[in-house]
Amino acid sequence: MASKLPHKDVVIIGLGWSGAILANELCDEGLDVVAIERGPWRDTAKDFNIGYAPDELRYNSRQELMLRPAQLTVTARNNAGQTALPMRQFGSFHPGNGVGGAGVHWAGITWRFSPADFRLRSHYSERYGAQAIPDGMTIQDWGLTYEDMEPCYDRFEYLAGISGKAGNLNGEKQEGGNPFEGARKRDYPNPPMMQTYGPTLFAETTAGMGYKPFPIPSALLSRTYTNPLGVTMGQCTFCGFCTNYGCANYSKASAQTTVLPVLMRKPNFEARTLCEVMRVNLDSTGKKATGVTYVDSSGEEFEQPADLVILCAFMLDNVRLMMLSGIGTPYDPQTGKGALGRNFCYQMANQAVGFFDPAKYNFNNFIGGGATGMAIDEFNNDNFDHGPLGFLGGGSTRCAPIGAEPISKRPTPPGSPTWGSGWKKATRDSYLSNLSVGCEASSYADRGNFLDLDPTYKDRFGRPLMRITFDFPENDVKMSAYVTGKVAEIVRAMGAREVVENPRTRPWSVVPYQSTHVVGGTAMGADPSTSVVNPFLQSWDVPNVFTVGANVFPQNSGYNPTGTVGALAFRAADAIRSRYLKAPGPLVHA
Amino acid sequence: MSRLGLATAAAAVALFAAAGTIRADSQDYELVERGRYVAVAADCVACHSVPGGKPYAGGVRLDTPFGALVAPNITPDRETGIGAWTEDDLRRALHEGIGRGGKRLYPAMPYPAYTKMTDEDVRALWAYLTTLEPVNNAVDVNQLPFPFDIRLSMAGWNLLNFEPGRFRPDPRKTEEWNRGAYLVEALGHCGTCHTPKTALGADEDDRALEGANLQAWYAPAITTDTRTGIGGWSKEQLVAYLKTGANHATIASGPMAEEIRNSSSKMTDADLAAMATYLLDQPPPGGEAPARLAADDGRMRAGGAIYQDSCAACHGGDGAGQTHLFPTLAGSGVVQADDPATLIRLVLEGSRGVATDARPTAPAMPPLGWRLSDEQVAAVVTYIRNAWDNAARPVSAADVGKVRRAVAAR
Repeated sequence: MASKLPHKDVVIIGLGWSGAILANELCDEGLDVVAIERGPWRDTAKDFNIGYAPDELRYNSRQELMLRPAQLTVTARNNAGQTALPMRQFGSFHPGNGVGGAGVHWAGITWRFSPADFRLRSHYSERYGAQAIPDGMTIQDWGLTYEDMEPCYDRFEYLAGISGKAGNLNGEKQEGGNPFEGARKRDYPNPPMMQTYGPTLFAETTAGMGYKPFPIPSALLSRTYTNPLGVTMGQCTFCGFCTNYGCANYSKASAQTTVLPVLMRKPNFEARTLCEVMRVNLDSTGKKATGVTYVDSSGEEFEQPADLVILCAFMLDNVRLMMLSGIGTPYDPQTGKGALGRNFCYQMANQAVGFFDPAKYNFNNFIGGGATGMAIDEFNNDNFDHGPLGFLGGGSTRCAPIGAEPISKRPTPPGSPTWGSGWKKATRDSYLSNLSVGCEASSYADRGNFLDLDPTYKDRFGRPLMRITFDFPENDVKMSAYVTGKVAEIVRAMGAREVVENPRTRPWSVVPYQSTHVVGGTAMGADPSTSVVNPFLQSWDVPNVFTVGANVFPQNSGYNPTGTVGALAFRAADAIRSRYLKAPGPLVHA
Repeated sequence: MSRLGLATAAAAVALFAAAGTIRADSQDYELVERGRYVAVAADCVACHSVPGGKPYAGGVRLDTPFGALVAPNITPDRETGIGAWTEDDLRRALHEGIGRGGKRLYPAMPYPAYTKMTDEDVRALWAYLTTLEPVNNAVDVNQLPFPFDIRLSMAGWNLLNFEPGRFRPDPRKTEEWNRGAYLVEALGHCGTCHTPKTALGADEDDRALEGANLQAWYAPAITTDTRTGIGGWSKEQLVAYLKTGANHATIASGPMAEEIRNSSSKMTDADLAAMATYLLDQPPPGGEAPARLAADDGRMRAGGAIYQDSCAACHGGDGAGQTHLFPTLAGSGVVQADDPATLIRLVLEGSRGVATDARPTAPAMPPLGWRLSDEQVAAVVTYIRNAWDNAARPVSAADVGKVRRAVAAR
């Protein structure tokens, strides 16, 4: 029997990027806010000591900051004809756990999605005709425009201190920035990061090929910066331990380094860590949430009543909590009806690795950072003519030396021995003279890819696990092959004597790490039959429930998602502050 | 504390200053508010409250060279606090170091500073203390060993070391300067931590504010010496430090973080400016800077290597740090203090900067004592003290061991 706790105005599930932003905004509105976080408290001072923060065995090999399968996992299969099996070690993606969430161990690449992304189906239909979108490709519009998002992106970029170079200021193209980006009202808060040799060579080469290279927008700071909340961050040292690690230098933007120092001082905010939400409670009508039920680390169950429930957990958990709570209509892949679990997408992480002459090239790959580097956008989105190509989508091409950790980063040319002195020699020859160029590409929705509750496997509380049914759609595989070919051309032009192309191919495997950019399942949109939340991230069915995360993406762009997740957090906060609180109820009438 | 409240407090102070003594009802809002502000400026809460405990209910243990004392309960509880006291009892305690019933106080209670408090401030403080929630919390104050546990021994101590008497403004100085002097010497009792002590634990008056070691911290000099003190700071920089806990060069941690959190961050800008005016107007103490160690000294070479490995990422190869995040080491008084205890302690056990509304970041120095030996800490600390334009005596492994043991014992 759950103990019933005193009422709060707002309960937020998950204290990562979204939860921290929402909590801070709603505390400023004077509301009593509690955040319930399944993982531990984490902060730079206590947890990311400079003496052990870059411990590869601990944080990369053993994934200490991430969700452990014993706590919660998912099941996966490639299609509805298979039986899904649980992931017993997270491979393909790494869900976050604990305060800061996956935003603690992210790389820091912070894009805005392109204007076309937000009206993707309309855009492609207008340019190529509706027939260009294949049957079964369920891409859709977001129900808002880039212009709606612009101020939200701006707030997130200034909160996080993003280092970059504008490519389009109020419609004016800016030399040295991304010429394909949507118009921004002002430049990034910080100048771009310095570039090491690899990205410099990439920029020279791609410029010579007629492309327009620009610095990757980075949440690793190029200089000391104090954000609008008064929190100070430090200059990145290029230590090369960002992805999978917490930052010990206050240089990587995260909830810890941008929001929590201010949020935790607020008397109307409370964080409860090591508490896992079981479900969102609904009243007898099923149209109103009354709060949440959660279990603390001693196994005791509590009911936390609240007027407003905001799901800000990892995207898979937001989708699953809605399913477990009966919020939204589950997707039926047979009929295509129901939107909850629909449009689950991923990210096509493609790459070409070049092996250069060690006598001539030394890239010093261990000097790096998760978001340093240079990029081009000629093969992203609809920046190139898809008419003759037979696929839609693309990706951001970039040379981003994230570091060269001593255990895992030992690329050797094909045909090298895999052990012994031959392998050692190949490692030695290649360590400083290999360079990878990636293309983080779009993942478009397919009727056969979806999320639902597993019929067999349960979590430690007896609740069904989330089941992922997913494979790379034909469209995306074609796109992957095309963009990877383009990337390989660049690497060859940079002078590599041998190039290995790694496009994504079917079937999707859960084993090798690819990307944590899993998206969708509670798409946002203007049409309740194909979306779970409206363009203000409010549940169509239960108006006092909102959700913020990549789970609201209807499909994935050829960009990393965090910038858009952060912007959506500000959008939801703004909708609640300026609209919902004035008149609680549906903000959009279907 | 709202801005309005601060403004009101400031107005009240101004009113009293102008009107001299005003007889008012002891429940009078302005009197109580002035008393609250006096308690803030005097940082009573620092000793008379424990973290998480009821304010002013006592309980902080103070380790003196003579043994332990625990700060008493000063809430108006009749049984365990000062509920049975009168205003005159409080005045006598603050001005003469004599508690109710003639019991002699130990100078861990800074009556050698509070003796300078004006009668008006004492009266206001009394009015404020009577409004506190009475908390029944018995505190065993005197935990000193024989013979120091005999309170009468303080009569002799007072004869030798204690000069009672109110603050006397210097008519040649401005009103602001005198207000600052009063705040530094009386209410703020800065010298309690920052002035070196004699063997008897009394202030060495001729070395006022030149830095002192207590509670295993070295409270650095706050003189105008440009090497070990704050002589290189502007008035604005000193005010920023007291107000926000951070300025262009450094961030408060350790006991000063508590002072800023409880006291100076809650004081008026005018009062902080007055303190800065006074402190920066003092003559530098003089004395020769030690010779800088040669760069090719073995300790400098070893320390420099450790510095590059473990310190430079945040504090920079040039020791400049990053403003409001990582303190500047080049030119720092804490770094170059003759007594390296605080510097060693920061390296060994790390620390967390103070968080204030203006500067909420609260960055941390990570502990490094678990991975650096006494010899390594000595080398890196010696390096920091003699790199760039710094100059200070070298530190030995024995110095580090002493601090390591003192910290472990706490």
